[in-house]
Amino acid sequence: MQETIQVAQNLPSTPQTWYLILSTILFSIGVMGVLFRRNAIIILMCIELMLNAVNLLLVSYSSYSGNMEGQVFVFFVMVVAAAEVAVGLALLVSIYRNIASTDIDVLSKMKW
Amino acid sequence: MKSEIIFYLLSALSIISALVVVFTKNPIYSVLSLIVCFFSIAGHYVMLNSQFLAIVHIIVYAGAIMVLMLFTVMLLNLNKESEPHKSSLIKVAAIITGGLLMLTILASLKTTQLTAYSTPADLGLGSVQSVGMSLFTEYLLPFEISSILFMSAMIGAVVLAKKER
Repeated sequence: MQETIQVAQNLPSTPQTWYLILSTILFSIGVMGVLFRRNAIIILMCIELMLNAVNLLLVSYSSYSGNMEGQVFVFFVMVVAAAEVAVGLALLVSIYRNIASTDIDVLSKMKW
Repeated sequence: MKSEIIFYLLSALSIISALVVVFTKNPIYSVLSLIVCFFSIAGHYVMLNSQFLAIVHIIVYAGAIMVLMLFTVMLLNLNKESEPHKSSLIKVAAIITGGLLMLTILASLKTTQLTAYSTPADLGLGSVQSVGMSLFTEYLLPFEISSILFMSAMIGAVVLAKKER
């Protein structure tokens, strides 16, 4: 353990628990935003925030445990997020063209 | 000690900008503060020695996704006046629910026995070389499949946003 600290002198000395707490807080803010807002674009942004909180957690685990795979997985999460945003915004534009609003409470046709 | 101060600064920046995203009325301010939040998360990646992901994060999120969002907000002409309002009961309920979720996760973190890592392991782990090596040998098939995903997303976006005739 002592040797690891010696080698890792110019590495961050912050304990990993802080990253866990930070990503928990960011994820909760994202959940709060999804419940809080009615504008569909803001809800999409809050989903991005939640994805980023999980990405941060994965990168911190990958970096602290010395395992490569977490970072590759984060790369694929970013790929999927980019595709999701492209399709989601196209859907929003087409919804806006039909009902002239992005309020999710107006979109209640599929609710029973 | 220096890295702890940077961690505190970046964390404060990311949490405050995330709160601004949720609570501000104007969607443009929401998008801009989300960009700030993404930059601070990229700073966290640099602090965690994953430089490749930090650069990819800035390029993909701040460069592509947020520009797309900003364009959409401006295209749909959303502003403070067009912002729908929720009743204050739902707002209070949302805040309490988010707080309870955070409390639950933090409490479970406290009781779970995690493998405690106090220092990061390797220096050259997050470099472009090692991530690219892993991406193009072991994870070549998922990498190629993600290009098909992008293709379908591109076609889907065009088809969905096109005017029907």
